[in-house]
Amino acid sequence: MEIYLDNCATTRVCPEAAEACMRAMTVDYGNPASLHRKGMEAEALVTDARREAARILNCEPDCILFTGGATESNNLAILGAAAAYPRAGKTVVTTAVEHPSVSRTIDALEERGCTVKRVVPRPGGNFDPQDFLDAVDGDTFLLSMMMVNNEIGTVLPLAAVIPALKRRFPRLLVHVDAVQGFAKYPLNLKRLEIDLLSFSGHKLYAPKGVGGLYVRRGVRLKPVLYGGGQEKGLRSGTQPVELIAAMGAALALCEQNRAAWQAHYAALNARLREGLARLDRMPVNSPENGAPHLLNFSVLGVPSEIMLHFLESREISVSSGSACARGEKSAVLAAYGLPDERVKSALRVSFSRETTPEEIDALLAALAEGAARFRKMTRA
Amino acid sequence: MNELILIKYGEIALKGLNKNAFEDVLLKNIRWRLRDLGTFRLRRAQSTVYLEPADPPAFDFDEAIDRLTKIFGIASLSRALVVEKSMEAVRREICGYLDAQLQAARTFKVETRRSDKQFPLKSPAISAEAGGVILSQYPHLRVDVHNPDLIVNVEIRDFGAYIHAGSIPGAGGMPVSSSGRAMILISGGLDSPVAAYMMAKRGLALDAIHFVSPPYTSDRALQKVETLCEKLVPYTGSIKFHCVPFTAIQEAIREHCPEELFTVIMRRLMMKVAEKIAREREINALVTGESLAQVASQTLDALYCTDNSTDLVVLRPLIGMDKTEIIRIAYQIGTYETSILPYEDCCTVFTPRHPRTRPKLRFVEQAEQSFDFAPLIEEAVRDTECRTITL
Repeated sequence: MEIYLDNCATTRVCPEAAEACMRAMTVDYGNPASLHRKGMEAEALVTDARREAARILNCEPDCILFTGGATESNNLAILGAAAAYPRAGKTVVTTAVEHPSVSRTIDALEERGCTVKRVVPRPGGNFDPQDFLDAVDGDTFLLSMMMVNNEIGTVLPLAAVIPALKRRFPRLLVHVDAVQGFAKYPLNLKRLEIDLLSFSGHKLYAPKGVGGLYVRRGVRLKPVLYGGGQEKGLRSGTQPVELIAAMGAALALCEQNRAAWQAHYAALNARLREGLARLDRMPVNSPENGAPHLLNFSVLGVPSEIMLHFLESREISVSSGSACARGEKSAVLAAYGLPDERVKSALRVSFSRETTPEEIDALLAALAEGAARFRKMTRA
Repeated sequence: MNELILIKYGEIALKGLNKNAFEDVLLKNIRWRLRDLGTFRLRRAQSTVYLEPADPPAFDFDEAIDRLTKIFGIASLSRALVVEKSMEAVRREICGYLDAQLQAARTFKVETRRSDKQFPLKSPAISAEAGGVILSQYPHLRVDVHNPDLIVNVEIRDFGAYIHAGSIPGAGGMPVSSSGRAMILISGGLDSPVAAYMMAKRGLALDAIHFVSPPYTSDRALQKVETLCEKLVPYTGSIKFHCVPFTAIQEAIREHCPEELFTVIMRRLMMKVAEKIAREREINALVTGESLAQVASQTLDALYCTDNSTDLVVLRPLIGMDKTEIIRIAYQIGTYETSILPYEDCCTVFTPRHPRTRPKLRFVEQAEQSFDFAPLIEEAVRDTECRTITL
């Protein structure tokens, strides 16, 4: 039996999304920019999906741009803002635990002469809002912080940070990489004063290759890609209607089941935490109040990759750190102040709507078996 | 326009009565490497193979030459124009064929080789005449016999006269499989692919043997080794790839033998497994990428211990090379980028903290007595998966 517990890397597409995708490829296959009816039918699918995303974010549909995924959204938000506001200041504030599509983009700004301040988490894995308030100053034009960390699940204190900063620095731009929190936590952008927010489809039961960027009214961006002017000129290129339609269907499902799925994840999370506590030397790295859909822990004495491949032989898929860091030791876990021994043996388990308690039990049994076998080999 | 490729061999030409056998292997290798490029004829005479496409204008000469430069046993290649064996024909065709090169050059000379001694003019006279024609048509050119930009070649041979603008160096060495077959122990690092390349260059066809230890090593590590073999195939020809499950043996060594002897015992057991599989395939030599003193298992004492585990010939073409020299070859043959991918290191759990650099055979053999490895070796041989990696 295949047990897939790497849903922060990507998820299985839900049937509703697959169906919408198929339909857009074979029936409503027009180009949304075309003037004829075939084009208008395709455009209607894009509009529906835009409405769906807007509903989740409590914003106007025309604030949503579709992109080729969250990496593209993050690049467009950060580079596009830097280019559109060249005289607004030279400092960017971010965190030390961002996804590479944010951190490397900001590194690129740093190479071009920006000052970058990176806020680090406090012991225990959470952020202190005060640290953000201290970091942002009059020269800061952009704050980019994620909503939920993808490796250990820290929920960042958006509500305690953003409105306070906006009161002191009304012209500060705030970008949120919401890939791991979007459609899981309620987000009211009317109240939260976020200017730019990135999300991805394939973490939410939609296909890979599609995502979105919320751009608050009045916020200007310069495009990263130039071309036919689709998506308000900010993301040129024919819209992938089938992917957008699929994401719209998946988002509708997420929105309908949001509370139930969060409760489902929380139950699985608690079950896994309890099981780990019963096992020998398997400390949890995620904070107590972390996002429920993932859990990071270490099997002390067993390098992550060995346990990962052992679990693979039991048809259980988990991640060591994040999928983007294939084979490399996680710098994010180190930024969380975890000792080396824990970083080297860290595993990330992430749940889906389809994950069952029995699968968690199977994982726990396999972990116990693997730990006994490999700790003997490593003499740990 | 009737073009062909002149393929000249080096070392084979020095062979005596068995020269034909080497030529046969070379021709077979050429035919195999170019088999999908259309029909062509191979003729041989005077230490040269004439590769004559059935339809020269449609033939992909560039691709053919690129492939030929990776075939061992070839000293040099030239893409040439065939003309009738007369001075008249050479004079008529030479400028048209080499027009682009003649335009680009500022100085030139003509070199003539006249292996057909029946031809009425001697080499210097042919060069002088051809040079005269060129000078009359390209007034910007000067003759420079010492350091010309372009050397125009005229060859008067058995089947015709040939005009070309110089030759490209071949890969050298001996045709693959003319020296027999050996089995390379390939790990995925930088050294073993280079070792494979070097032994193929001396005419060996290759089997490759790779040891996997899931879950200590991943499918990606195996994929990496397969990719390395694919990159070697243009040089080595098809490779029979044997993948040996090695986890049980490694765990047993870890449990039953002293930590500091782990590596040397592992190497010995790898040799034993390789020998068994080699014998089944009637192969008498193993190849490794070891280089003296590079790591603890490659000291003279360690190599002595390793060699003692097998009766086969163990070839170590890199034994006297520095890492920088090995890396240079890895770059040149295109295996470097793959070799440095980071998947292999999950095996480091087993690496002893302080390996014995000067193991004594007596103690190593004693340590191996503490556990009966024979059944595990049999099992590993039995469960080995074999496939052919080819183009």
